[in-house]
Amino acid sequence: MKTIIGIIKELIKDPMGKIGFIGVLVIIILSVLAPIIAPYDVTEMFTQDKLTGPSSQYFFGTDNFGRDVFSRVIFGAKVSLRVGIISVGIAASFGLIFGVVAGYFEGKVDNIIMRFMDILFAFPSILLALFIVSVLGPSITNTMIAIGIVNTPVFTRTVRASVISVKSMEYIVSATSIGLKPKNIIIRHIIPNILAPFTVQATLALSGAILTEASMSFLGLGIQPPDPSWGSMLNESRKYMEMAPWLVIFPAAFIIFTILSFNILGDSLRDVLDPKLKL
Amino acid sequence: MENLLEVKNISIDLKTKDNYMKLADDISFNIGKKQSFGIVGESGCGKSITALSIIQLLSYPLKVSSGQILFDSKKGMVDLLSLKNNEIRKIRGKEISMIFQEPMTALDPIFTIEQQIAETLKFHTNLSKKDMRSMALEMLKKVGIPRAEQILNEYPHQLSGGMLQRIMIAIALICKPKLLIADEPTTALDVTIQAQILDLMNELKEYYDTSIIMITHDLGVIAETCERVAVFYSGQVVEEADVAALFHNTAHPYTSGLLKAVTSIGDKSKELYTIPGMVPAGGHMPKGCRFEERCTKTMPICKEKAPELAEIEKGHKCRCWLYGERGDNK
Amino acid sequence: MRSYIIRRLLALIPVLIGISLCIFLILQLIPGDVISGLLGIEENPELRAQLEKKFGLDQPLFKQYWDWISKVLRGDFGRSFRTDKEIFPEIMSRFKITAQLTFMAAFISCLIGIPLGILSALKRNTWIDGIIRVIALLGVSVPGFASATLLILFLSLAFQYYSPVGYVGFFENPSINMQIMILPSIILGTSMSGSVMRMTRSSVLEILRQDFIKTIRAKGAPEKVIIFKHALKNGLIPIITLVGMQIGSLLGGAVVTEQIFSIPGLGLMTLTAINQRDYPVIQGCVLFIAFIYVMINLLVDILYTYVDPRITYK
Repeated sequence: MKTIIGIIKELIKDPMGKIGFIGVLVIIILSVLAPIIAPYDVTEMFTQDKLTGPSSQYFFGTDNFGRDVFSRVIFGAKVSLRVGIISVGIAASFGLIFGVVAGYFEGKVDNIIMRFMDILFAFPSILLALFIVSVLGPSITNTMIAIGIVNTPVFTRTVRASVISVKSMEYIVSATSIGLKPKNIIIRHIIPNILAPFTVQATLALSGAILTEASMSFLGLGIQPPDPSWGSMLNESRKYMEMAPWLVIFPAAFIIFTILSFNILGDSLRDVLDPKLKL
Repeated sequence: MENLLEVKNISIDLKTKDNYMKLADDISFNIGKKQSFGIVGESGCGKSITALSIIQLLSYPLKVSSGQILFDSKKGMVDLLSLKNNEIRKIRGKEISMIFQEPMTALDPIFTIEQQIAETLKFHTNLSKKDMRSMALEMLKKVGIPRAEQILNEYPHQLSGGMLQRIMIAIALICKPKLLIADEPTTALDVTIQAQILDLMNELKEYYDTSIIMITHDLGVIAETCERVAVFYSGQVVEEADVAALFHNTAHPYTSGLLKAVTSIGDKSKELYTIPGMVPAGGHMPKGCRFEERCTKTMPICKEKAPELAEIEKGHKCRCWLYGERGDNK
Repeated sequence: MRSYIIRRLLALIPVLIGISLCIFLILQLIPGDVISGLLGIEENPELRAQLEKKFGLDQPLFKQYWDWISKVLRGDFGRSFRTDKEIFPEIMSRFKITAQLTFMAAFISCLIGIPLGILSALKRNTWIDGIIRVIALLGVSVPGFASATLLILFLSLAFQYYSPVGYVGFFENPSINMQIMILPSIILGTSMSGSVMRMTRSSVLEILRQDFIKTIRAKGAPEKVIIFKHALKNGLIPIITLVGMQIGSLLGGAVVTEQIFSIPGLGLMTLTAINQRDYPVIQGCVLFIAFIYVMINLLVDILYTYVDPRITYK
């Protein structure tokens, strides 16, 4: 069951797992194939066709600038996924390092690291992200950095907790007693055993990151127009809501679909990787 | 009704959507009035779940699939398994009580001792708070708890295992039930405390005229406290007898093995005796005798046909081909 | 007990110092220069020097921090770059509005979340459980701004509904105030209710697996007593912690909700300040919100010790 293929097979057995896996797969495919699937350029304005409804020419209709909503939504997937993966990547990497160091060495080092994480935790996450972006300036890179920083404490805590519980297990104690160096113990024994909660955390963090990015873009502080982001598209749609409801519905639907898929996948992964937690 | 409790042909299944196992197979035994009855066997033999089934404490995925459990209740003879939820709950704690193995986790951590003892009275009586408190106090003293007044106001996490088990006994006996089921009550306790608790139970049994079902894997406990005993193996009763007869006139090879394992402890010269082999797994019962693989006295028929539980002597039953078809000695 | 509270308050001080330092240091990362933002294109060295002196930016970093913090402790959060109005009084008056929104949302989320969570646990693995779990999942997966926008779309198309323009305080006119606040509270509350539902469900299920439940059943307890007296009371303990954490998310979620519904609360104040690069205001608001969050968590911890007798005050 330790192989990735084995885990995927196990995941698919459960109907929810299947749904989550397929949903995430769809989003990944859409974002990777965006340049191929999207019929039009995302910034191209068809001024003669402004605010038209869904048709065979413009599948999801056009917006107030005459841009094709379908193409923008597809590229929005690419943007969301990219921001999500990179920011979670940042958070996970730092979280892994801090968590392992704090959990393995404990004592003063642990105290300092966790104190610092407590401070970061003391801010509501979106507030902190907005604050960081307000300082650095809104851009796609700064959004990734902000979300990365905001998610680091939760990874640190998860990793640290796993490390501490694994550390006290007998085979670690015996590995230490036969003189294995800390670095080796960490790499060979501890890390493989914390992969399960870590992966679950990463999947759920991804859905959170996508949600945060969408919220920030909605507020105008994330991805800047004219770059397509579901959040900013939803924000711009508000003015034209009544005459062009498709501007609201499609971005909203995609946001919900994506976050839902990652959450379902994360939940099912948790059930598969740690069935004891299943209730 | 002559007996207090008659367990008749009980079978218990474990049923989930991917799995089906019969954990207890056609169990029958009788408990007399004011009698101490032991049930002995190793882990997984079905003794605990049989006990739980008596007052319908089994939960999904366990279920009684057949049989009856007749009880001489205050309202006459009833089949406990047929009772609905609001009927069986009137019997639980009042006419039949049960205590469990782990005293440290057996009580609700956020209520005081007084509240938890009084709760039983609340379910079954209409006493005033003051009366309930004095009854609780009296009961605590009876089970040998020092500083009973103080203990009433304490919480479970503040007390030791021995104290908690005494309190469990107090809770169980406060309504003076006719039957007390004790599921491995001393297994989780230190040896010295074990002895104290068993002594206490013997005392109280006399005082309250309560029958006790003592479930244990420890033959020593049986010897200390029981008049009659049933030996369980792999979901079946393999021997049932008065305690003296079991020890001195052992019939079933499994029981002999158990006794040998116990008695070899004192003998410093030899290795500890263990019964070789393993209990058959739940879903894969052999068609013949379940103990056959590990038995030292096996015969050809043992592999082919499963023996029935038969009376080999007055009051002594055994499930073994050594005693022939109808229990007569070959 | 009192000494425990005092000790916890003292332990809070390094955290609060850390938060303020964190905010202060992050603000130092501003690329370019606050003064340039104010001066515009015209670079006037005299004016620059004047402004620098006015805002204390010619001082060493540590002194700037110290000045800021000592003023904050006295309740002086400085003045807005934009409006030159005092920040603290504005924070306080707006905080009441955000507090009302947060409170109503928390109430709604518990009102929906806890009963459904209990039901879901009791009817575990039945279709009722299935539906409730899907609802909880949606609650967690649908962002507040998305559900708010969709709701407004639906209401305006179906019922020609427009939320009243112009905010009115609760004590001025409760009825209109409620009309204004009810929709955003529902949106915020329902998105939080998802996690409350899940947490309640797992908490109750966890309790029902415990040994002492068997004992209580063996005593002859009716199911109602088992569930409501024992399982629930034990199960609510971790939920108190969850609600405390929810307040933090609610404070964050309020930022978005206030923007959508034009509610003049602390969230909107912060957002506007961010958009206008009004750094003293940003600094003050973020500090204040973080402070509130930390205090609420402390309150929750103290509440915890009252409710769970296993927690000692050592």
